[in-house]
Amino acid sequence: MDYEVEAKYLSKKERRAIPRQSMPEQAPDVRNKDFSEVTLGFGLLEAQYEAARCIQCKDPACVKGCPVGINIPAFLEQIVEGDLNGAINTVWDRTALPAVCGRVCPQEIQCEEVCVVGKKKGREPVGIGNLEMFIADWARDTGVTNEVEIPPSTGKKVAVVGSGPAGITVAGDLAKKGHDVTIYEAFHRAGGVLLYGIPEFRLAKSIVDYEIEQLKKLGVKIVCNTVVGRTVDVDELIEEMGYDAVFIGVGAGLPNFLNIPGEDLNGVFSANEYLTRANLMKAFDFPKYDTPIIPGRNVAILGAGNVAMDAARTAIRLGAKKVTIVYRRTREQSPSRKIEIHHAEQEGVQFKFLTSPLEFIGDANGKLVGINCEKMELGEPDEGGRARPIPTGEHEYIDCDLAIISIGTSANPLLTKTTENLKLNKWGNIEADRRTGKTTKKGVWAGGDITLGQATVILAMGMGRDAANSIDAYLKGEEEW
Amino acid sequence: MYKIVRREEMAHGTIILNEIEAPQIAKKAKAGQFVILIANERGERIPLTMADVDKEKGTITIIYMIVGKSTRLFSTLKVGDGYSDVVGPLGQPTHIEKKGTVVCVGGGTGTAVLHPITRAMYQAGNRVIAIVGARNKDYIIMKEQMQNVSHELRICTDDGSEGRHGFVTEELKEILESEDVAEVVAIGPVPMMKFVSKLTKEYGVPTTVSLNPIMIDGTGMCGGCRVTIGGMTKFACVDGPEFDGHQVDFDGLMRRLLAYKTEEEHSENCFFEQEA
Repeated sequence: MDYEVEAKYLSKKERRAIPRQSMPEQAPDVRNKDFSEVTLGFGLLEAQYEAARCIQCKDPACVKGCPVGINIPAFLEQIVEGDLNGAINTVWDRTALPAVCGRVCPQEIQCEEVCVVGKKKGREPVGIGNLEMFIADWARDTGVTNEVEIPPSTGKKVAVVGSGPAGITVAGDLAKKGHDVTIYEAFHRAGGVLLYGIPEFRLAKSIVDYEIEQLKKLGVKIVCNTVVGRTVDVDELIEEMGYDAVFIGVGAGLPNFLNIPGEDLNGVFSANEYLTRANLMKAFDFPKYDTPIIPGRNVAILGAGNVAMDAARTAIRLGAKKVTIVYRRTREQSPSRKIEIHHAEQEGVQFKFLTSPLEFIGDANGKLVGINCEKMELGEPDEGGRARPIPTGEHEYIDCDLAIISIGTSANPLLTKTTENLKLNKWGNIEADRRTGKTTKKGVWAGGDITLGQATVILAMGMGRDAANSIDAYLKGEEEW
Repeated sequence: MYKIVRREEMAHGTIILNEIEAPQIAKKAKAGQFVILIANERGERIPLTMADVDKEKGTITIIYMIVGKSTRLFSTLKVGDGYSDVVGPLGQPTHIEKKGTVVCVGGGTGTAVLHPITRAMYQAGNRVIAIVGARNKDYIIMKEQMQNVSHELRICTDDGSEGRHGFVTEELKEILESEDVAEVVAIGPVPMMKFVSKLTKEYGVPTTVSLNPIMIDGTGMCGGCRVTIGGMTKFACVDGPEFDGHQVDFDGLMRRLLAYKTEEEHSENCFFEQEA
């Protein structure tokens, strides 16, 4: 692309002729050997050309497609005009974590899916996610921070349980409204799934640390190594420690297993364990860091969601010779983002669809050597409308020394079991009001995966924002319980 | 930082005691629960069952044997130094009730973990017989403390240097033959717990064991600590660490404990080179 003319001087017609700017990325055969970020980010001119593709709809569908309602056309036009300061502030108006969302949001089923530019034949939607990443990275690199005037202290204390996307959002929003906020985190570092789950190559941990630092600057206190439900209970927070409100955002932390024979063999992992070792504990840098990981030469990933792709791409980077995603449904039915499957394939990950594991096979020392699988075919649609995979009776043996189970997570009962009057649904998730995040326990709100089951970063943030508004209104006496 | 306020060495410096400032954990801790410790920002998360708690001083005590890189690193910490992170109390507390005669069997550093449970059983009004086993007399730990919280203390050593020349199972068998035992609590090396459980099963005596599998988070999040109990998968961190000894798949547990043997040796060798 030739960027001789600044985008703002282009005519409407010229703007419409600009093709979607591709995100610069590390070459697949380079990046699959290290953990640095795959996406390199736009330069200013690229960003301005991409932003100039926006046709500034009067009634923008993209804003409605965004779970936190960012004024997308406004920040794109500010980028085109070169008002980067204005652009980042437009974004900050609605989200505290643009550097994270720009990278991990499924824009293709949110803002970009409904983008009018992409509706025309042969045209692609505006790269909103890439531009969000651009503007957030620009702010971080240049030291521009979200300067908000914090009102005088309200004297109200809020405890936020969990430092993932929902908790970070609630804490930031309430601190900006003058409340005294403390985050309690079970792990030794704050960031939740952004740290332990999402790999470095998709979201640099320095970005998460930076966002946590921003929270601290707002006056938010962060207390790590505190398992609410064990170290301290929700009732103690309210009754003994004087918190006026508690927000629970502990995530969906319990890994599902397949419950098939051989699951306790050495070499069979949950994706949670594998990714936590690699990401949070930095096992990829063993023995410089003390936590080990079994690298695996021949790795099978069971499941095909985003987490499965993360595990597969981590295994490749740890030196596996062969990594295969084994999924009982088809490629089209995979719950993963297309871009994740694409990146995984580029990096050498192989796929085996319509294949379902039956049994893990071990050697005499209890080490995994393979998986007995059954081939499936598509049958009638299930309740969700997806064609159901039906066993064919035909078996297939897959050689592997490492298997990573990535079939989702369930609600962790640790906090909910030790908290009275907190109503749960049949899956163990906390029942919270859809609009406000209020639970059945007075003074307690909840949001994110502990209420939704496994969902996305941005949905957790959206719920965090709603809960923060409700908590603020309650603390100010504007809203009854 | 979680400061070490007392440090003692036992068994020729192979077993270390640390009393650590952790008031919030001390406030909540009950017998049988564990903590996870990290030495420094590059450290791994090491689960250890607490050997003692002082609620007034706000301290917890751990006793560990030096077995690899991380415990070796722990052993370099002096009084005034500290762990970068300590989290807990984790796991389910021991179920304590007055049952009659309870036999508490400890092996190696398992005796340290057994001590608060023995004390709780004693205070609950049980007749407590303690059996402590070790390689030789130098490796017997907490003898006096165990004596103070039991009606009878019996020692077994592999070489006969103190007490019975033989295994704890032989001593236990004698008791089971002669007394009506309501419960056995066994904590120590996996083979010891396995053979104690095998023996008590023959006598139909309920037996509790405390498991210490490889673990990351300690809150149910990783599933690394899964153990097979009566054919079902359980997580030692949230369902345990104590389980019905008659239901535990000890062989499976032993296999899983060896999962990182190669890596652990490599890590320890790197540590030695660095020290040299």
